[in-house]
Amino acid sequence: MVSCLMKKRTAGKAVFLFVLSVMFFPAFLNTGFSASFSPAAAYAGTDAVSPVAHEETYTHPPAPKLKAQDYPIVMGINSRVFVWMAAQLHLWFAAFVLAVPIFVFIIEAVGMATKDERYDKMAYEFIKVSLTAYSVTALIGGLLAFSLFVFYPDLMRYMTRLFGQTMLLYALLFFAESATLYIYYYGWHAMERGFSKWAHLTIGLLLNAVGTTLMFLANAWVTFMMSPSGVDAGGVFDGNIWHVIHNHLWNPINLHRFVANIAFGGSIVGAYAAYRFLSARSDSDRAHYDWMGYTANLIAISALLPLPFAGYWLTAEIYAYSQQMGITLMGGAFAWLFITQAVIIGALFLSANYYLWCGMERSPGAYRYTKYIKYIAAVIVVCFLVWFTPHTLILKPWELKALGGQYHPFLGPLGIMPAKNTAVNIMLIFTFLSFLLYRRANKIAVVSWAPLGRAAQAAVFAGAILNIVFLGVYYGYFTNTVYKVASSVPQVASTLTVIAACMVIDFFMFKGAKDVGELRWGGIPQRSQYALFLLAVSFTWLMGLMGFIRSSIRQHWHVYSVMRDASVNAYTLTIASAAKTVSAAAIIFMAMVIFIFWLSALSSKKQDKPLPLGSDAKNPKEGGGIR
Amino acid sequence: MKKPDGANPAKLLWFVVIVFIAYVIFKSPGWFMNKPIPGSLIMMYMFFAVVAALLVMTSTDESTQGLFAPIKALVEDPSKKIIRNAVFVIAPIVGALITYNQIKPGFDAPVELRATHPAPPTIMKAYDKTFNLATLENPFRKLQTENPEKFKEAVKEGGAVYFKNCFFCHGDKLDGKGHFAQGFNPLPLPFQGKDTIAQLQESFVFWRISTGGPGLPKEATPWLSAMPVWHTFLSEDEVWKAILFIYDYTDNAPRSWVSANSKKDG
Ligand code: HEC
Ligand code: HEM
Repeated sequence: MVSCLMKKRTAGKAVFLFVLSVMFFPAFLNTGFSASFSPAAAYAGTDAVSPVAHEETYTHPPAPKLKAQDYPIVMGINSRVFVWMAAQLHLWFAAFVLAVPIFVFIIEAVGMATKDERYDKMAYEFIKVSLTAYSVTALIGGLLAFSLFVFYPDLMRYMTRLFGQTMLLYALLFFAESATLYIYYYGWHAMERGFSKWAHLTIGLLLNAVGTTLMFLANAWVTFMMSPSGVDAGGVFDGNIWHVIHNHLWNPINLHRFVANIAFGGSIVGAYAAYRFLSARSDSDRAHYDWMGYTANLIAISALLPLPFAGYWLTAEIYAYSQQMGITLMGGAFAWLFITQAVIIGALFLSANYYLWCGMERSPGAYRYTKYIKYIAAVIVVCFLVWFTPHTLILKPWELKALGGQYHPFLGPLGIMPAKNTAVNIMLIFTFLSFLLYRRANKIAVVSWAPLGRAAQAAVFAGAILNIVFLGVYYGYFTNTVYKVASSVPQVASTLTVIAACMVIDFFMFKGAKDVGELRWGGIPQRSQYALFLLAVSFTWLMGLMGFIRSSIRQHWHVYSVMRDASVNAYTLTIASAAKTVSAAAIIFMAMVIFIFWLSALSSKKQDKPLPLGSDAKNPKEGGGIR
Repeated sequence: MKKPDGANPAKLLWFVVIVFIAYVIFKSPGWFMNKPIPGSLIMMYMFFAVVAALLVMTSTDESTQGLFAPIKALVEDPSKKIIRNAVFVIAPIVGALITYNQIKPGFDAPVELRATHPAPPTIMKAYDKTFNLATLENPFRKLQTENPEKFKEAVKEGGAVYFKNCFFCHGDKLDGKGHFAQGFNPLPLPFQGKDTIAQLQESFVFWRISTGGPGLPKEATPWLSAMPVWHTFLSEDEVWKAILFIYDYTDNAPRSWVSANSKKDG
């Protein structure tokens, strides 16, 4: 992990040096950009330093010390909730529109490699869904920026002074993103053959590069507010923009968001497929959307698997940056929201697995494997219970008396990290097992060494599980904390080894395998589609909740330990009111998404193109989905 | 191929049995060992046990039909009129009883959601100076590697501090069960086990000892903690040595982020 971290850092640096080297007119930027926001400054009613007054001779001012009166009140609107809602909606849409091109790019490449046109068509349909969302993203982004400058003028003035260059770059990248996205989408059919297909794929790559850089920039602003660097204790800028960007939490958030966005995007497209599946009138439609849902779920799961690790890295870095933030997060005021998070993540895993199990109904050969489902489920549930068992229990007085203390003799050890890490790794391995069984549900291996291959796979599983449990128990409970944290790395390595080794064995073992029967795309039971909805809703909710937690562990700071939040709203919400606000935002988002789905469905009806799976949809070719 | 005969009505029974077994498992630490799993947690555990059982049992068409066939029959089959009516009377009554039991007022003190380990402040004041908790370290910790003899001595002195001041509450085995312990709410905390002070940095422990109950931040309300404010009784060095002692005696090591000063001492 450490080495990959280092690589990431240097890679990030390289990208940024490149990006910085193409920056234009720094002079124009400081004047032009901040001046355009001066109406907001005027709003503050304070005579601010003229934002135009700096450049060469400029000495960097410290962060302002604000009073409650410095925050404008506009029409009695609760500024915190307003900005929060706008930011959250913007993030959801942005996550979605950044994620879709990533997997569309991959699917398009797979389509080119396999020469199977259905991939191309599905990729096109995915990107179409994200196109409407793109305009909404931009719209809400505008609203967010506007509301930030209206409600928090002094904070934004301080932030613009520091980040002005990157904000301009952000704006430029936004135009680049729009341009490439539109070329990518509208050029899809025009650039379908030969060399121009390669050119098209390259545009897709460019689109993703721009999009990811865009997000990394925004992440720098966010993480600066949590773990400021490049400024002194009073907030005076040391003059090096890279120091400010490359703050302590920047890369952990970059990684976590990058991966989480893909999982989130996959789940939203999955919900789209489920929506179309349930409303489909013809078998060919059902087959197509079943396949699309399957692929989307696969994307979501693949990105889900590494997420807990990215999450732990992020948390470990938060803890390492500030014990205060770390404890607030995990043991203090937010501990119970963290339990809620764990519960939602469990729900994610269960619904993703359920979808795979239901998916076996598509294959006539599945009866050979369905008997294992209950064991997989049992293991996942046990792990999951460990995963969300809190360390600080809610005890009734008689329970407290019986236990004789806050800590439970059996549950206490389950409440700390080594137990959680062990549980989550095993949960991942068994989710992977569901997938493995799903893949072979319809196949009969013909290679002579198949029994040996299966035995080898079983051995890899058993070995990894033993190793994970051993590491968790031994290093977790019999050594000190440094080892506790360090032991999570070989645990993850075991999990990854299982996944890699089994995929390799599978690849050779099922080469030229016989099919038991025809795969029945569209034959998945309807109830499975609700698992896809649940996946999307859980993801949305989770993101909202975690975003709230992440930003709130700063507590009464705009910029942690540098610039105080003096507004009347600078208090920590109760769990209930935070959850309500996040839920309200989630419902608004869902409503907007449904509207977008409806629009996309409408436009595809109008175009009335032949359906992707063709006329023999009852028996679409086997082997759909990314294998 | 799937077996066409499908529905196996025993499924519903299985479902009930599985849920019941899960319930017994979660309850048994309380029943048999007097270490109850808190009710709030059992609710969550049961919720997921039920959901998982449902998911497994509806993962194939065949077993879904089996699971729901008896319920369907109960509602639709004319020959089951008597059972149906009985169920329709009994079910709401059971529901009402459960609800009544949940909301009926009792004599128990309300449950508190208290943070046992609240977030420490960034800086704290004691001994007429200011400590920065982010960088604060135990001045004696380095002796562990540099001068083990001296370290042992310091630990021993810490032990003396502990038994003169702390063991009344935190216990002679450091398990939180001192003579006075039962008199306090919140209870004095134990230091034994890998899930107690092993999770904390020494600066945190220093903060908790020197500022005691009154030094707790808002989220650790209510402020009933009986932990005394030790910086008014003990010297700075005494507190640090007591910290050495409580880690050493319980075979724990403080949380730390630098692997350089980690010594495997498990
Ligand atoms: C009057 C009883 C009493 C005495 C004497 C006492 N403590 Fe405590 N101590 C407590 C209580 C009660 C708590 C728990 C407070 C809470 O939960 O907020 C506590 C908490 C602590 C904690 C925090 C543990 C954690 O996990 O956060 C430490 C460390 C501690 N005591 C050390 C000491 C030391 C060292 C001494 C002797 C110098 C001492 N205590 C003497 C009652 C006492
Ligand atoms: C399967 C496990 C996990 C899933 C599915 C998951 C998912 C997510 C998602 C979707 C987001 C929002 C990302 C975004 O803002 O774009 C998020 C953010 C976050 N997650 Fe996780 N996560 C997981 C594990 C963890 C773990 C284990 C931790 C810490 C212990 C964690 C800590 C956080 C934090 C602090 C944020 C907020 C970061 C931000 O504001 O973007 N996550 N997570």
